[in-house]
Amino acid sequence: MAIEARNVTKRFGDFVALDHVTVVVESGSLTALLGPSGGGKSTLLRVIAGLETPDEGEVFISGRDATALAPQRRGVGFVFQHYAPFTHMTVWDNIAFGLTIRKRPKAEVAARVGELLELVQLKGLGKRYPSQLSGGQRQRMALARALAAEPEVLLLDEPFGALDARVRKELREWLLRLHDEMQVTTIFVTHDQEEALEVADNVVVINDGRVEQAAPPRELYDEPANSFVMSFVGPVNRIGEAWVRPHDIEIAVEPNGSAREAQVERIVRLGFEVRVDLVRDDGARLHVQLTRNEAELLELAPGDIVYVRTRRERVFSGSGEPTRPVPV
Amino acid sequence: MIARLGVRTFSLGYLAVILLAPVALVFWRAFEHGWHPFWLAISNANAVHALQLTVEVTVIVVPLNTVFGVVCAIAIVRHRLPGMGVVNALVDLPLALSPVVVGLALYLLYGRDGWFGHWLLGHGVQVLFALPAMVLATTFVSLPFVVREVVPVLREIGTDQEEAAATLGASALTTFRRITLPAIRWAVAYGVVLTTARSLGEFGAVAIVSGGIAGRTQTLTQYVQASYENFDQTGAYAASVLLAVLAITILLLMTAVKRGDRGA
Repeated sequence: MAIEARNVTKRFGDFVALDHVTVVVESGSLTALLGPSGGGKSTLLRVIAGLETPDEGEVFISGRDATALAPQRRGVGFVFQHYAPFTHMTVWDNIAFGLTIRKRPKAEVAARVGELLELVQLKGLGKRYPSQLSGGQRQRMALARALAAEPEVLLLDEPFGALDARVRKELREWLLRLHDEMQVTTIFVTHDQEEALEVADNVVVINDGRVEQAAPPRELYDEPANSFVMSFVGPVNRIGEAWVRPHDIEIAVEPNGSAREAQVERIVRLGFEVRVDLVRDDGARLHVQLTRNEAELLELAPGDIVYVRTRRERVFSGSGEPTRPVPV
Repeated sequence: MIARLGVRTFSLGYLAVILLAPVALVFWRAFEHGWHPFWLAISNANAVHALQLTVEVTVIVVPLNTVFGVVCAIAIVRHRLPGMGVVNALVDLPLALSPVVVGLALYLLYGRDGWFGHWLLGHGVQVLFALPAMVLATTFVSLPFVVREVVPVLREIGTDQEEAAATLGASALTTFRRITLPAIRWAVAYGVVLTTARSLGEFGAVAIVSGGIAGRTQTLTQYVQASYENFDQTGAYAASVLLAVLAITILLLMTAVKRGDRGA
């Protein structure tokens, strides 16, 4: 395995940022640390990089105990949330930094920087200063800078946080391709569940300084360990003790068996997806997701009376374990 | 429109009365009888020595306070060490304390019967009425400027770039040299200019500890005072003009530094 954080605790004064956190990241994997802001995921990333010293616990990188190692000696590439560009250096000098301080031969540095500029699609912009780049370009420059010295591990703190939606999506796909090509163990922090599920092959959900669940995206979505994970990784309806995904609710125009009566309140069309808000006969409010085809067949209009039943719902006990997954 | 005109007239008038008129008067009096008396007055051996001594003190003090100022600013902003709050407050003391008090304190410490003076004199080191005391006094009064210029800039740039350099493998020294120093260079330059100005113009603290012996321990500001008291008005005005010219040069440097700051 490439990275392991064992029983890591980190306090800032009275605030417990990490509470006995254990995370294992496989070599060559792309792992997301997912959770709400202030949950401790960035702190964990900084502990792995050596930018924060844990109060308890150990960090292993490639099997070596790195807990007492300075960040300089960890062989870790770090991309900061706001990219931390060296503002007084050109893009070229930024990317070359990790190599020039290691006194690599000039020709080697030039070749490597040229290669990286091409890789991150900034060819021809080497002479610019970071302030002359767009957000997405700055992000890619920071990535090239982190990759220059060929780190064993790449750590990204909210890599797409400050970018607009379209650039985010492009960069996401690009990072995925890059990871497939370079096979460097990568951990990135995000509060965006869609991003985590789309990009990562393993997701660690962190909340309130604790690991809620660590699993591949599909398992996380289909088999959430507790109500927090269930509600964080996707939209959810809560009906009494039961939790239901909006696409796990079936709508029929005719009454049938176990289905319950409900009234359509609102219909929102979002391209392929159609969202329907309903009020069930017992007063429960339900959000339902339909495909456009399903919605067209039903010919729904606000005020209509329909019949709903859930295909699959979950009940979590107080300890967070699911006690009644109900596939229908 | 009228309000703006009023504000402008008031501020310009104020500057003219308080600042420009006295300085202009000094220039006028110095050159009242042409270049020749002025030249004679400033090429006088004591005047030349006073200028040399002032420059000497400044050349020692400015690097000292620059290094201290940068180190101190980094300690205040970057290292949350116990006692840094006290250091931060103490740095401003020279701005608040009258230089005369500083001179007196040094006099008590380094005098014949002072705590350090007794021991130092026993080992043959003369501090008071010599260069060391003048350097100490000037260092004290010009201490805050570099610190005060650098601290806010260090706060503003934050730790991101330094942390990034560390993860890229840079040692603390490399990070300082390649990342921190370039980022604070204009603040340091501005602090150096202010420190220089303060060192050249210092009078009160130095007057007490230097002894003010003409041709030996007399700085330019003291030379002005001594000349004036000896009814050598031309000498006093000429030396004043010299100080004013130095000050104006520094002001111009400061403007250049500010412009560079905006350009960076």
